[in-house]
Amino acid sequence: MKYVVIGNATAAIGTVEGIRSVDQDGEIVLISSEPHFTYGRPLISYLLLGKTTEEKMNYRPTDFYEKNHVTTMLGRTVTKIDKDAKNVVLENGETVSYDKVAICTGSRPFVPPMEGLDTVEDQTAFMTMDDAHRLATLLGDQKDKDVLIIGAGLIGLKCAEGILHLSKSLTIIDMAPRILPNVLDAYGSSFLQEYLEQLGMKFYLSDSVAKFTTPHHAVCKSGLELDFDVLVVAVGVRPNTQLAEEIGCDVNRGILVNTHSQTSVADVYAAGDCTVSHDIAANVDRILAILPNAYQQGEVAGINMAGGNTVFDCAFPMNASGFLGLHMITAGSYDGEAYITKADGMYKKLVVRDNKLVGFILIGDVDRGGIYTSLIRDQVPLDTINFDLIREHPQLMAFAKSARAKKLAQPH
Amino acid sequence: MKRVYVNEKWCLGCHLCEYNCAFANSGMRDMVKALKDREIFPRIRVEEGDSINFAVSCRHCDNPLCVKGCISGALSIEDGVISIDSNKCVGCFTCVLSCPYGCISTSESGAVQKCELCTKNADGTPQCVAGCPNNAIVFEER
Repeated sequence: MKYVVIGNATAAIGTVEGIRSVDQDGEIVLISSEPHFTYGRPLISYLLLGKTTEEKMNYRPTDFYEKNHVTTMLGRTVTKIDKDAKNVVLENGETVSYDKVAICTGSRPFVPPMEGLDTVEDQTAFMTMDDAHRLATLLGDQKDKDVLIIGAGLIGLKCAEGILHLSKSLTIIDMAPRILPNVLDAYGSSFLQEYLEQLGMKFYLSDSVAKFTTPHHAVCKSGLELDFDVLVVAVGVRPNTQLAEEIGCDVNRGILVNTHSQTSVADVYAAGDCTVSHDIAANVDRILAILPNAYQQGEVAGINMAGGNTVFDCAFPMNASGFLGLHMITAGSYDGEAYITKADGMYKKLVVRDNKLVGFILIGDVDRGGIYTSLIRDQVPLDTINFDLIREHPQLMAFAKSARAKKLAQPH
Repeated sequence: MKRVYVNEKWCLGCHLCEYNCAFANSGMRDMVKALKDREIFPRIRVEEGDSINFAVSCRHCDNPLCVKGCISGALSIEDGVISIDSNKCVGCFTCVLSCPYGCISTSESGAVQKCELCTKNADGTPQCVAGCPNNAIVFEER
């Protein structure tokens, strides 16, 4: 059996590990446009922040490919899959044959049309190691650059966290009326915004750049004018679906996969940010571009490619997204009955729908929050646990004795 | 493999396991010096109820969601033991968000910490269990 894995980030590594958990002998070829050893992609903000180094960013030990007998083709780009000939075609026309192929191509920055953007030389996206290096070069070490970030989502804000200490000033603009709208509720957004403003970040919301009149000057829809030295474009991402689309895989914004991580085309699997998942908390199909999801989809793809039979059927949004000392974990959907606790430096919201916990926000105190996540993942009926107790803080005491025995007195 | 299992009916809620854990992982030889007048960060924690107490530490799951969700590759599983490379950990807390048992916690260093079955300290065998006066936690195959 010969496997081809397209990509080299979380979903791809999950696929390799999934394959090897079943098949130790089959040939694996991993092809990635990026020339780097696999690295933890969300670490690029921590790299700029000084919390990690490029050496420590390797997502797996340095002997990973060797140990797993993976032939790597790094810095090479798959331009096409030929599903009839069962091979992938590289940028120079070279082909690599496969029996099963996994598309783990992730996403790319989405850049909305803005007049004059192409005249701005000192700009970058913030998705890759190379972006992080470019941004570091643009900023230099003199702390003398005014930075403008377009986008107050996770990418924009993690970037802001990483470079605040390297910037003379840091301004973030977003069309949405509040920051992190996909991760937080309105109160959580204002809580975080206030915290970040106190650290020196400046926000302009419900506004967007209309045009760049010079390479260092933006005019916004509201009439606001902003001077900047360095521009980061972090408006959003689009899944890389082209390879799948061209061979007739069903695509609806992202590549559609079943719970086995199979696409609609035989022997073609897909995992990670390029796919659509079924969100069990909101009960909708959506792109869940989060790392734990990518790994598990990839692992399931790999196991099934190698002849195993396993499913990943409990996807839902979850983010650990602390900022400069403020810890924050969130999961699920916020549509339902809310139980809210507010105090100095903390915010907690639990959301219940149909006798189940469907979502939560913990800011400040995140201790043992994964117990709440497990209630969402396992869709635990709340009338089978002591909800009053677990509402106070996450604890196993709230479970019935028999459930607790399963958790604590049995292997799993 | 051998894991730490809980017999909750025997737990007195004495918290000795927490102190033994903190001491075992302090790298110090003198328990008083290691723990006295300090906030301790044990990797096992006692939950106390009206009539029930029990100590919770990493289950060393066969399907570890903490490892699968780790953004840096700092968490790994080897021979069934899940351990953390605190040098690689950036303290993002995705593992805190992922662990169904609430067994990964913060430490003084900013990296997360968790039970590693005392495989990385001088003792080599779980000190929470060794010091439990009532066999409320045991280290065995099940």
